[in-house]
Amino acid sequence: MSQSSPFWTNFDQVFVLLRHWIESFFPLWLQPAVGTVLGVVAIVAAFPGIFALTTVLERKGLGRMQNRLGPNRVGPLGILQPVADGIKSLTKEDIVPLTADAAVHFLAPVVLVIAVFLGFAVLPIGRNMVLANLDAGLLFFFAIGASTELSVFMAGWSSRNKYSLLGAMRAVAQMISYEVPLLLSSVVAVMIAGSLSTVKIVEAQSGFTGIFPHWYVFTPWGFAGFALFVVAALAETNRSPFDLPEGESELVAGYFTEYSGFKFALFFLGEYLGMFSIAGFAITLFLGGWGAPLSILGFVPSWAWFFAKLFCAIAFFIWLRGTLPRLRQDQLMNFAWKFMLPMSLLNLLVAGAWRFLGEGWSRWVFGSAVLLLAYGLLGRVLMRHQHLGARSYRYAD
Amino acid sequence: MIFGLSVVFVLTSILTVAGALAAALLKNLVHCALSLTVTFAGLALLYLQLDAQFAGFSQILVYIGAVAILVVFAILLTRGSGIPEYRSYSSSWLAGVAIAAGVFALLAWAVVTSLPASPASAAPQVSVQQIGQALMSGYVLPLEIVAVLLTVALIGAVIVAMPEASKGDAK
Repeated sequence: MSQSSPFWTNFDQVFVLLRHWIESFFPLWLQPAVGTVLGVVAIVAAFPGIFALTTVLERKGLGRMQNRLGPNRVGPLGILQPVADGIKSLTKEDIVPLTADAAVHFLAPVVLVIAVFLGFAVLPIGRNMVLANLDAGLLFFFAIGASTELSVFMAGWSSRNKYSLLGAMRAVAQMISYEVPLLLSSVVAVMIAGSLSTVKIVEAQSGFTGIFPHWYVFTPWGFAGFALFVVAALAETNRSPFDLPEGESELVAGYFTEYSGFKFALFFLGEYLGMFSIAGFAITLFLGGWGAPLSILGFVPSWAWFFAKLFCAIAFFIWLRGTLPRLRQDQLMNFAWKFMLPMSLLNLLVAGAWRFLGEGWSRWVFGSAVLLLAYGLLGRVLMRHQHLGARSYRYAD
Repeated sequence: MIFGLSVVFVLTSILTVAGALAAALLKNLVHCALSLTVTFAGLALLYLQLDAQFAGFSQILVYIGAVAILVVFAILLTRGSGIPEYRSYSSSWLAGVAIAAGVFALLAWAVVTSLPASPASAAPQVSVQQIGQALMSGYVLPLEIVAVLLTVALIGAVIVAMPEASKGDAK
């Protein structure tokens, strides 16, 4: 482990030590406030930085998947593209439709970005690196996540545009439907760890058997929970294949059709930051947070592991966006209520059984058998009514 | 400290009351719903000031995440939310005032009679784990009754939304 040598320990805690060093310049009564401000500044600087990097990575990656080069004009390999995009969005005219509700139209992107940034407060991005170690940290994250729905509605309604309103209604319906499996699938980690605190959930996964870690994803209920969480997270963040609320080919851009310039950039930022925070929580709940994937790799600093996992998640999201077609509205709703919800409820039962069956192979067999059986049966029953085949058109024949 | 109250408390109370007043007085229904959300957020902040983390976050999750969205959806699905077409002072406002005063009096009476004789010396430290244990032991029957009620509501919603196949055939 990293504790073996002082250098690696210091390297692991370099940001914590830096914070203490800066704090030491201030009087004692001011130090907690200064520490909090430093943490906020670090979050507000780091994650938008990753956002800038992700925009160029996403366009490059999608370009490769679509057999083209992607951005390659600004800077070496197009790496300075986000800077150009930022300058463009800052200098663009800010257009507000004449009939729009100006106050609500202005507030919507602000509310979204604030709510999304608040979610990072309880995300442990390294050993001793969490802004607020709340007793109900996970609940805080979901509460804040729920309030982003309202900003989406505000944007769609205040624009006085039918596409915006349609997109907002779709987005809210989708986010509410997928919030249920998102919450229920994360409850299994809480049940086993015995705490809602994100720090304690990460600590509960920090042991090793041999060289392999005790991540929750390596258990039957953990794997099912992780898969359900990722699908629900994709839908919560309106990422492809659940990007119906934006649906550029049908709704122009959904709820932010009438936004331009920097407000549009704020929506873009909010959406990507939401993706990062929810991916961060998937990592925290099921992938061991900042823990190393193998015990022999313990010398690498904890924050490096967190960001490595985060970038893997981002790459996965980009890969999915380049691969899957968009779902239809009825498929989206059916999937949420008829598949995701029963599976996540059953997963709760399996996690409870896991807790009370005790050590041994019986809980592995029971958990895997129940989940696989349910997956097979549910999939079969639901697919029977799908009538897959050539698409029939009601009006456009 | 202002009149023995902390500055943060005064600020959050002003926010909460202002949101409630705006919800009652604004002309546009969607604006009213959004101001009501501000009130909900203010209440959550008040809970958090009292070190009631679980209650505060549940307030945000349930009221801002679900109830506000429900209110907004109900407004959009029932009448045109675009133009405010009716006055806030309707002919039935006297009855409204009477009902509001009655509800307020009842609530105030309940609160005043249930107050302990002397204020608690220190805020009780309640962790989420304790709330969970209380729900699973002493309050398990109310919890189960609420669960049954919610299931009934869910099934009722599905039945209301179900297409009436048999009637369609009979036509």
